[in-house]
Amino acid sequence: MNTATMVQNQSLELTVSPRLAKNVRRNIKERIIEFILMLAALSAVATTLSIVAILLYESLSFFKTVSVVDFFTDTQWTPLFEDAHYGILPLVSGTLTTSAIALAVAIPIGTIAAIYLSEFASHKTREIVKPILELLVGVPTIVFGYFALLFLTPLLQKIFPELPGFNMLSAGIVMGIMIVPYIASVAEDAMRAVPMSMREGSYAMGATRFQTAIRVVTPAAVSGIVAAYILGISRAVGETMVVAVAAGQQPIVSFNPIESAATITAYIVQVAMGDLPHGSIGYQSIFAAGLVLMVMTLCFNILGHMVRKKYREHY
Amino acid sequence: MSTNTTQDSATTHAAPKASVLKDLDAVRAMIKRHKLNDYIFSLIGLLALMLALLTLLTLFTDLVMDGHERFNLEFFTDFPSRRAAHAGLLSAWVGSALVMLVTFIVAVPMGIGAGLYLEEYAPKNWFSDIIEINVANLAGVPSIIYGLLALGLFVYILDLGQSILTAGLTLGLLILPIVIVSTRESIRAIPIAIREAAYAVGATKWQVVYDHVLKYSYGGILTGVIIGMARALGETAPIITIGALTFIAFLPPSPITEVAPFINFEWLSSGFTVLPIQMFNWLSRPDHAFHINAAATGALIIIVTLLMNGTAIYLRYKIRKNIKW
Repeated sequence: MNTATMVQNQSLELTVSPRLAKNVRRNIKERIIEFILMLAALSAVATTLSIVAILLYESLSFFKTVSVVDFFTDTQWTPLFEDAHYGILPLVSGTLTTSAIALAVAIPIGTIAAIYLSEFASHKTREIVKPILELLVGVPTIVFGYFALLFLTPLLQKIFPELPGFNMLSAGIVMGIMIVPYIASVAEDAMRAVPMSMREGSYAMGATRFQTAIRVVTPAAVSGIVAAYILGISRAVGETMVVAVAAGQQPIVSFNPIESAATITAYIVQVAMGDLPHGSIGYQSIFAAGLVLMVMTLCFNILGHMVRKKYREHY
Repeated sequence: MSTNTTQDSATTHAAPKASVLKDLDAVRAMIKRHKLNDYIFSLIGLLALMLALLTLLTLFTDLVMDGHERFNLEFFTDFPSRRAAHAGLLSAWVGSALVMLVTFIVAVPMGIGAGLYLEEYAPKNWFSDIIEINVANLAGVPSIIYGLLALGLFVYILDLGQSILTAGLTLGLLILPIVIVSTRESIRAIPIAIREAAYAVGATKWQVVYDHVLKYSYGGILTGVIIGMARALGETAPIITIGALTFIAFLPPSPITEVAPFINFEWLSSGFTVLPIQMFNWLSRPDHAFHINAAATGALIIIVTLLMNGTAIYLRYKIRKNIKW
């Protein structure tokens, strides 16, 4: 009787039993942890939002001085000159030309390497080559810049003596070589995902490996392969150091690979290397250029994901 | 077998003999041609693959050939100089190490936390979808855009200056998607039964996540972190964009001091240079003597990044081989 009232009193004072009280503490702790983890996940969203906000904010100040029409139609890009022109076309043409050269190199080599790796190579070869391809993807781009400027350009100059020291051809080729492992790796993954029964069906009809690879496996994996190309384009467009080192700094509208030209990324590097005052039109111009670059790569990335999703075959 | 039956039918029906044999020859020729195609393609394929692999070898050999004369201790203990033969990497490698430290502190807890949240906590709704799409897109943003973000946000709005802290934060955000994706992939590989067993003995969600999920996915996460750090080490564009100086002939203040409290944070706001920037600087000079320095720096960067990536790939291979749930 006595002990019972004591317990009753105690529980009245605590309002909850010690066991339950501990549970409440536990629940609060759990909630706090979940909240902290959510903040970490939100940091990714915050990064994207800040990127968009900064690019838009500085670009808007830029477009207060420069009309949007001039920006997209003027064929001269001379923001740092006395007679300033702000036409993005020269930078876009440089970007597209170097990217096109890179893809002309990377797509054939990458695709053939992927087909070979997926359909012809022995298990052992694949086990060795795949990690090496991954290593190649990890080589810093500045090193490829060195390669373009001081190895490939002198080599090409022996074939074309009139080639200038800075040119889009050499930068584009090296960029292409740089993208090959990426395209090969992604395309190979797509081809490995094609079920074995489809290959077996083809072999049973008397097809050779080559016929099976070209007429059965490649069409079945086409969404993944095209997605690999598009993501490759996106990388080429956003690539900075190779073009900054080897392609030169002249912003001219030219699709001629043996000329020297500036890309969007090379321009940003060029301005950032100098000491432009914060808030000047030159400073704002790199954000406008960055916005164009961001939109270009975003389009390619979204297109790549859409292709992969829409044309994915379900087995 | 097939030739036998053809011959049998050929002997019983004398008339079509010639045409069947002709067809047979045509078929044989076709098979031969297709086999040849197979052979030719496998050669071309091997060639394409070799081209990709040999490039790495050529690249590395070229760097070592050009830069080997600078491989000595002074190269690592000298500051950059106007005279190429006396210029060294001291400020660059110290800068790289300190920037990497900040990058690690930023990216690893945030990346693992985000990965844990997305896999273990996030409810299946539009909000989680947005975060997921966002992480996928961030991985495709060109690195120079991160540089612009850093220039606008960290350098000017938050007023952190062109410092080690700014560079570390920038590279931390840059490799965040890599850490998040690898964390998620290794968490996903853990069977649900492990979690259920822990819940069954009364563990809370965090106890399950911390004591089981996190511990078992440790190796996979480490792989992602190493790959991310290797990427950060070689990144040049974002750091150039924030306006890192290329000629730094001093070291940041030491993070560890001799008097209490033994740690100071002055180095965070110090100016700096890193290995790839030093290489870019030497590379963009017309004087060939500096190109030798650039080659030596390039060889060093390649060795370090290849070692890091190689470790990561080996680690992943080991994990895949050993763990059988």
